[in-house]
Amino acid sequence: MSYTTWSFVALIFAAVLLYYLLPKRIRWTVLLCASVIFYAAGGGWYLPFIAATVITTHIAARAISKMASRAEEYISLHREDMSKEERKAYKAKEKGRRCAVLVAVLVLNFGILAVMKYTGFTLNAVNGLLSAFGRGVTVPVPDLLLPLGISFYTFRATGYIIDVYRGKTEAEKNIFRYALFVSFFPLVLQGPISRHSKLAPQLFEGNSLRRENITAGIFRILWGYFKKVAIADTALVGVRAVISGEGFTGMYALYLIIMYSVVIYGDFTGGIDITMGVARLFGIRLEENFKRPFSSRSTQEYWNRWHITMGSWFTDYLFYPMSVSKPMGRLTKRCRTRLGKGIGMRLPVYLATLITWYLTGLWHGAGWNFIVWGLINGVIILVSRELEPLYAKFHKKFPSLDTQKGAYGVFCAVRTFLLMGSVRILDCYGDVPRTFASFGSIFYRFDTWKDLFNGSIITNLGVGVWQYVFLAAATLVVFFVTRRERDELACDKLSRKPVLWAVACTALIFVIVIFGSYGIGFDSNQFIYNQF
Amino acid sequence: MKKRLIISSAICLAVLIVSLYFAQALLVPKYVSVSPEGALTAEYYAAADETSHDVLFIGDCEVYESFVPAVLWEKYGISSYVRGSAQQLVWHSYYLLEDALRYETPKAVVFNVLALKYGQPQSEAYNRMTIDGMEWSQSKVDAIIASKTEDESFLSYVFPLLRFHSRWDELTGEDLEYMLDRPEVSDSGYLIQTDVRAAEPDDLAIEGSPLADYTLPKESMAYLDKIKKLCDDNGIELILIKAPTNSWRYWWYDEWDAQIVDYAGKNGLAYYNFIDEVEDIGIDWSQDTYDGGVHLNVYGAMKLTEYFGKTLRDAHGIPDRHEDTNMSAVWSGRVESFYSKLTDNIRED
Amino acid sequence: MEQLIEILKELHDDVDYNECETLVEDGILNSLDIVAIITEIDDRFDVRIPAEEILPENFNSAKALWELIERLDD
Repeated sequence: MSYTTWSFVALIFAAVLLYYLLPKRIRWTVLLCASVIFYAAGGGWYLPFIAATVITTHIAARAISKMASRAEEYISLHREDMSKEERKAYKAKEKGRRCAVLVAVLVLNFGILAVMKYTGFTLNAVNGLLSAFGRGVTVPVPDLLLPLGISFYTFRATGYIIDVYRGKTEAEKNIFRYALFVSFFPLVLQGPISRHSKLAPQLFEGNSLRRENITAGIFRILWGYFKKVAIADTALVGVRAVISGEGFTGMYALYLIIMYSVVIYGDFTGGIDITMGVARLFGIRLEENFKRPFSSRSTQEYWNRWHITMGSWFTDYLFYPMSVSKPMGRLTKRCRTRLGKGIGMRLPVYLATLITWYLTGLWHGAGWNFIVWGLINGVIILVSRELEPLYAKFHKKFPSLDTQKGAYGVFCAVRTFLLMGSVRILDCYGDVPRTFASFGSIFYRFDTWKDLFNGSIITNLGVGVWQYVFLAAATLVVFFVTRRERDELACDKLSRKPVLWAVACTALIFVIVIFGSYGIGFDSNQFIYNQF
Repeated sequence: MKKRLIISSAICLAVLIVSLYFAQALLVPKYVSVSPEGALTAEYYAAADETSHDVLFIGDCEVYESFVPAVLWEKYGISSYVRGSAQQLVWHSYYLLEDALRYETPKAVVFNVLALKYGQPQSEAYNRMTIDGMEWSQSKVDAIIASKTEDESFLSYVFPLLRFHSRWDELTGEDLEYMLDRPEVSDSGYLIQTDVRAAEPDDLAIEGSPLADYTLPKESMAYLDKIKKLCDDNGIELILIKAPTNSWRYWWYDEWDAQIVDYAGKNGLAYYNFIDEVEDIGIDWSQDTYDGGVHLNVYGAMKLTEYFGKTLRDAHGIPDRHEDTNMSAVWSGRVESFYSKLTDNIRED
Repeated sequence: MEQLIEILKELHDDVDYNECETLVEDGILNSLDIVAIITEIDDRFDVRIPAEEILPENFNSAKALWELIERLDD
């Protein structure tokens, strides 16, 4: 059930109505029912997969939390007759047992994800190797369909079980409540990857009907549709034409970098706005997934502001544990004695960074383009880290240049935007050599620029002059609105101004209906981001 | 605060509805100078209000380019209307007939058999041109359900804006001019074509290429059965015809014809295949077609109408209504309008 | 505490660590810095900070970080 269907709108409407009509104690069951309907509408065969994840992580979480409380009880009972060393040893032993359960359930769940998502990719790579070595055998590649939102719910569920193990969140007692946490329908398609400690209390609270939740929710949903249906899908026409056409290089590659940034921004942040808005209708505030990412001054900053919940998942559950793990510690010590303090200290953590980015790329999709995309991001971050002393010197020399303000600030933001946009076209072409060839052509195919001035670009790409005018105007609106969201989101501000709220909602509906790309002749009603 | 929210929401909602209404009026195609055949379905209702019709033609372009009701009246006093539309499929014809029966009950319904070759919905655009003009009734609902292609939504028929909103960047002066009121493009459902483009002798020598299967689809034949039953239930005579054409591009195969002859025989229906009668009618393929033999132009259509009118009068007993003063008054206006349009068109050419 | 501030100064010498309480929130310390700090702390104080203690509230100020070290050392 995609966001751009009438059945989705009907489901929300029915669920909101029912939610506030029922007694508070059982309001969460409405959300669970809606989630099951949303999921089943995508295809009944998805259900066993998500059920397997729910059941295994639930049982493991219960077991871990019981083992932990039993161990604590034992210690408090035997505090007197145990020495400090004995207590430490007992604690370590108990922790090891809990860790075994954790590892088992993580292996199982990441295993399901890996098999469903990467079997085809891996076997194709194996076949490529086999044929390269001239063997006349090929492994048959099964055609596995990816269960809806598996990357997102697997991460939500595994994040939960790790939090339970770390004692950061309470294990859920009721499996149906836990099932709601994993399958909460606004989060199915493209996240955010919410943390249990932040989301669960809100899910089961039985939130009261409050006017500002409804008004803010409605505005945010409309704002999301505006970004997705009116902006992203209009720009998508040009992007598709460049990708599928022959010989669109040079200026067209630059066009692709800019337009695909518009598409992915509108589509992804718009989709998340719809998600947030829908949750808000039920009185639930989800963690923000974007904080004006395109005004970031550096790659590192960009990744703290774009797809935040994914980035923080990888940081908290992969990068940190890996970086501070015992083997890493040993590696650091060895490197330091052999290579000296400077490089020795940095090498292990750089290795951890690259592994994290490699897996981040792989999480986005089973393909070389995603892996290369992840690694390039990692390399950019490390290179800019290495250049930090140079930057510092530069800024000492020119103290008037402030990365946060003025022309130099704009320069930094544009530079980051173009850099991230260039890396991002890997996922447009889906083909690494073609992406590099296309990117490279920007620097020598200057003859393609004539198409921009003689109007060929209009006929070549099928996006009309008036559509560019609309896109420019709509992008400016988004720019000015998000610029003012530094302290408070537009939906919250408008909730306090009823007249402005009503006018804004009316204008958005009108613009979406007229200028949105939907209906016959337009076949993209799937969010780009749920392929991942 | 609450009061202000409710009041401003109500006002904005009203403004929204009104502006969407006008946006819809502006954005739907007007079918005046571009594809006027899209306007045909809607024009019937005003005509049905004016007077009743003894003969209703239903079918595709082969009816609305072949029969001139003004000529039928002039020569034979027959009151008729052409409920044709572009690529009208059999289920379209059925529901358009059902729709027409809400206004009047003709003595005879003339159905052109070409569309029987299509068993499945063909084109979204032609669906819209046939159905959008219908007034709301159960027939329209059924017509939409029966004919919509996979990508179409029912809702887009209720609110055509959802289908045509993307025309915002191709609006012309005509869209504004005819936003609320459109001129009549047809003459009792007949669409004048005054151009002459002869069928090339080389083209005439070619026949349609062979088909794998000549059986007319059972889906379309089932709707022909339904049309037959609807006529029987209302005491209407159903007459089958095949308009005269001569082009390998739209070939009428003998195998198809045999099936229609067979069907007509079994059901006691009259069937006239005018392809076999072009010489008697007097059609000259170098003069009487506007597109090389696919359709008749107005000169061919007038000849065919005159020819068929005699059959309608003599073999099917369609009465001469010249005595009916009300009807005469209406028809003299329609005849005059037809001839003035004809002279205008000829002058423009 | 002195020693800790020394470690921090090595990373960014333009920050007033006695005052600043938003080291993580304001993006002064990024994830690479945090791992570098943890490695240094392990080296100089022989205190291992486990992954689950890497929370913004523990790294937002030098004071909070010092308290964490003392707690873990206990």
